[in-house]
Amino acid sequence: MRLNRIPRAAAVAAALLLAAACGSSGSGGSSATGLNPPALKAPTKLGATEGQVNLIAWAGYVEDGSNDPKADWVHAFEKQTGCQVHSKVAASSDEMVKLMKTGEYDAVSASGDASLRLIASGDAAPVNTALVPNYKDVFAGLKNGAWNSVKGQMYGIPHGRGANLLMYNTQKVKPAPTSWSAVFEDAARHKGHVTAYDSPIYIADAALYLKSTRPELRIQDPYALDQKQFDAAVSLLKQQNRSVGEYWSDYLKEVSAFKSGDSVIGTTWQVIANLAASEGAKVRAFVPKEGSTGWSDTWMVSSRAKHPNCAYKWLNWIVSPKVNAQVAEYFGEAPANSRACAETSDKNFCTVYHAADEDYWKKIAFWNTPIAQCLDGRKDVRCVPYDRWVQAWTEIKG
Amino acid sequence: MATDANAAAGRGSVRRLAGSLHRRPRLRLALLLSAPLLWLAVLYLGSLAVLFASAFWTTNSFTSQVVRVWTTDNFHELFTTPVFREVVVRSVGVALAVTALCAVLAFPVAFYTARVARPRWRPLLVVAILTPLWASYLVKVYAWRLILSQGGLADWLLAPFGLSGPGFGLPATVLTLTYLWLPYMILPIHTALAQLPANLLDASADLGARAGRTFRSVVLPMVLPSVAAGSVFTFSLSLGDYITVQIVGGKTQLIGNLVYSDIELNLPMAAALGTVPVVVIVLYLLAIRRTGALNSL
Repeated sequence: MRLNRIPRAAAVAAALLLAAACGSSGSGGSSATGLNPPALKAPTKLGATEGQVNLIAWAGYVEDGSNDPKADWVHAFEKQTGCQVHSKVAASSDEMVKLMKTGEYDAVSASGDASLRLIASGDAAPVNTALVPNYKDVFAGLKNGAWNSVKGQMYGIPHGRGANLLMYNTQKVKPAPTSWSAVFEDAARHKGHVTAYDSPIYIADAALYLKSTRPELRIQDPYALDQKQFDAAVSLLKQQNRSVGEYWSDYLKEVSAFKSGDSVIGTTWQVIANLAASEGAKVRAFVPKEGSTGWSDTWMVSSRAKHPNCAYKWLNWIVSPKVNAQVAEYFGEAPANSRACAETSDKNFCTVYHAADEDYWKKIAFWNTPIAQCLDGRKDVRCVPYDRWVQAWTEIKG
Repeated sequence: MATDANAAAGRGSVRRLAGSLHRRPRLRLALLLSAPLLWLAVLYLGSLAVLFASAFWTTNSFTSQVVRVWTTDNFHELFTTPVFREVVVRSVGVALAVTALCAVLAFPVAFYTARVARPRWRPLLVVAILTPLWASYLVKVYAWRLILSQGGLADWLLAPFGLSGPGFGLPATVLTLTYLWLPYMILPIHTALAQLPANLLDASADLGARAGRTFRSVVLPMVLPSVAAGSVFTFSLSLGDYITVQIVGGKTQLIGNLVYSDIELNLPMAAALGTVPVVVIVLYLLAIRRTGALNSL
């Protein structure tokens, strides 16, 4: 194994220890012990704003009305703070990690599979939550999570959470699917028109499906797979590959593929389903019966931020009740701010998206970074670390 | 060059300077070459050297930070993992297919623009061939995505014959790349055909050769080096492309895609993969050099 040959195993070991603590993800309050991020200081007070801020975000998080005139929470921010917003849409957590390494950006909306990597590498700085007044209204279940804090120190401001969905063309896929088997065992029915998310983390979707369909594999956590479980997931995906028309990472590409009918079934985000439907595609998106993978996002500040004051203003803005409600409704996710639920245009929104329902979130397997020490707490086996996932993903695509 | 400048300038000081340069060929050569050579050596070869060197490093598997420890693991993986071999073969295959298609399509077009069309139309035709190069690469590739998508132009055109378009995939990639790089093949062939002395064709006809025979024995041997020169463009541009295949290639992966996906998480592996096209291109150029085509570039 390549890992064993790295002389500077100490650094790796530290990272592994840190991530081991993330095993208990989901339940708030447990801080990651053992992770020793570089000693960085959070600011104690804010200074004058710098006039601009550079953000890395998921599609739909930083909207200025150019995609949908009704979705605009950037102009009001610019007017209020004088911070000009420059945003870059990232297609995957890996891309976010890469972009943050450039040091060109001030803040990032990192999911759980990116946040700890950013903390461990020192690319993300600790955040002084006292400087973000709206933080006090964030759901307790999102505070001090294993994915966004270390030893009680927050490294960002929670943004929202949601599940990855199965989307299908209601005219071409009949009967309506209820299970992820539609993109695995039964994928051949739509040979050449199945799509999947183009990122190694998608292997977890296959593992989640195997968790309920092949109990003998005893998968507990789709991000903690030993070699046997991992091989089963990979072979399922290799089988799926024969039916895949194209993989998507650019969300606009998926919208266009569903509009034209080049893709008729596959994994998606709510925002993509909304966009495709608004452009006339006959699609429906839902959580299949096996449950789903998902994400819990955190706005983090770069340790090399050139505009930290504007970045803090943005952090406070994006979790303010009104804006958090807007972005949550636009993207189709549960807001992080408890008071956002009163601001949504659909008064049932928070109920539908289970915003305060911690039991529901236990069923969602939030994106996490797989490491050699099994995240589900098993001590007798070694799990397959993320760099092997990356390699396997290349092999799956062939 | 120097004598041209001499004749054109005509003023005393310039003439003297030109004269002194003319007497010192080594100084002339040094002045002429130092700037571009510096560019070539430092920026061009230098970055290639950095690329090659970083292929021997590794990364921290959790944070993806580059760890500068000497290891040959990346190349070991490159040679032993079947998927890398498949992708390399596929990429070279695509580049060769695009080159062959370009050559076959470019020849008749160039023959028309260089020899058949009326002389006063020829420059306009050349401009027309070049116009696609003025449009954005992405616009052209996305246009092809629309043409090839379900119910798109390709499907519509082929429907009367009971056929459907190729859809997204390897054939779509080859087709789109052929469209993109065709002008680079037409131009050198056009130039070669335009310079073909007419009396050679007449002589061939006088000696009783029919069109086919003239083409094979006179035209083709004289134009082949230009085809090879054009193929250097089409081959290397196709081998390095990773955007077209993302847009119209469906799930197809080429070398560029592997480099792109690794550059985020495993820079040294991306560097190791990046040396593959460099080696392939060098081998291709060495092969082309034997045809003498590089002289007519």
